[in-house]
Amino acid sequence: MKLGPLHWVRAAAVVVAVLLLAGCFTKRKDEGARLYAQHCANCHGQQGEGLRRLIPPLAGSDYLAPNRSRLPCQLRKGLAGEITVNGVKYNQLMPGNEALTDSEITNLLNYIQNTWGNKGEVWTIREVADELKYCGGPHGL
Amino acid sequence: MISSVLRRALSVSLLALASAVVLPACSSKNAAETTHLPYYGDRAMQPAPMAGPADTIFTVPTFTLTNQAGQTITNDTFKGKIYVTDFFFATCPSICPKMQSELLRVYEKYKDDPRVLFLSHTIDPAHDTIPVLRDYAERLGVKDASRWHFATAPHDTIFSLARAYMTGAQKDSTVKGGYAHSGTFALVDPQRHVRGVYDGMEPTQVNKLIQDIPVLLKEIESQKQTAAR
Repeated sequence: MKLGPLHWVRAAAVVVAVLLLAGCFTKRKDEGARLYAQHCANCHGQQGEGLRRLIPPLAGSDYLAPNRSRLPCQLRKGLAGEITVNGVKYNQLMPGNEALTDSEITNLLNYIQNTWGNKGEVWTIREVADELKYCGGPHGL
Repeated sequence: MISSVLRRALSVSLLALASAVVLPACSSKNAAETTHLPYYGDRAMQPAPMAGPADTIFTVPTFTLTNQAGQTITNDTFKGKIYVTDFFFATCPSICPKMQSELLRVYEKYKDDPRVLFLSHTIDPAHDTIPVLRDYAERLGVKDASRWHFATAPHDTIFSLARAYMTGAQKDSTVKGGYAHSGTFALVDPQRHVRGVYDGMEPTQVNKLIQDIPVLLKEIESQKQTAAR
């Protein structure tokens, strides 16, 4: 069978489409990691290790599970006041990020709760959106 | 026609590849052989404030600050020492934690060497009172205020010092926290000359600072020996 130019164009289009789709999925899959690096890592550390007694760790943090329902609003609105993480008292203002969408917050939470050995219950976008409906002002302010 | 374009493209990419291979080799060789640190700042425009030898190398101006222990610190506090300096503020949500954790890495390396001191200036003196600075230092794990000073002073003093240490710092209501500043670390010698400027957000540059400190210490030791002779 002889391939005409149209075949080649078609084949090329299929290849491009597959690559684009794959790109989409990979990007989406890594969105939590990407957002973490962009918005969180400067303070909480690349490995979620925190900074001494100044910034609480996220890796192995005993704060996440008991405060699960508060986390979505904390990412959006921020957190102020003293909190205790793994027995250490921290008191540093965490800025919120109002620009993050519900799905971005979901991906971020799932990344934080399932990286560095963390094994939190998986968040669905519906659960996050429900919590986000009831955000007040910055927590503790 | 096509083949000549191809050939040219090939030779260009080969050149790029070759330089990519050769250039890092060059620079790492240079880094290993660094024996003398450069002087930073404008030489011609900045005559030395004191009379004496015609020294036109840029010199850090005299300053009076207060540290986290409430002690007054001046240029004399750093007499005969070298120091690393940066600018931060306690509530800074963007680059400071990363920057201070990088400086902490340098501090951990040299905390047993009394010839090396550290000086962090707050650019938010209204909020960062002495108790706030003390709490910040302690939370960072710095117990000895005489080794790592967290210092405050009136705004104008801080901002003019920031310029002297080649750090950009200014009030900016459009950024989170209200202040825009760069995460620059400056390395200063006992003659108050800036001998190194590093991006505190870049671990590779901070590694360079860690390598440069012994070079400067060696220079100081040899100057002392020459003076003693």
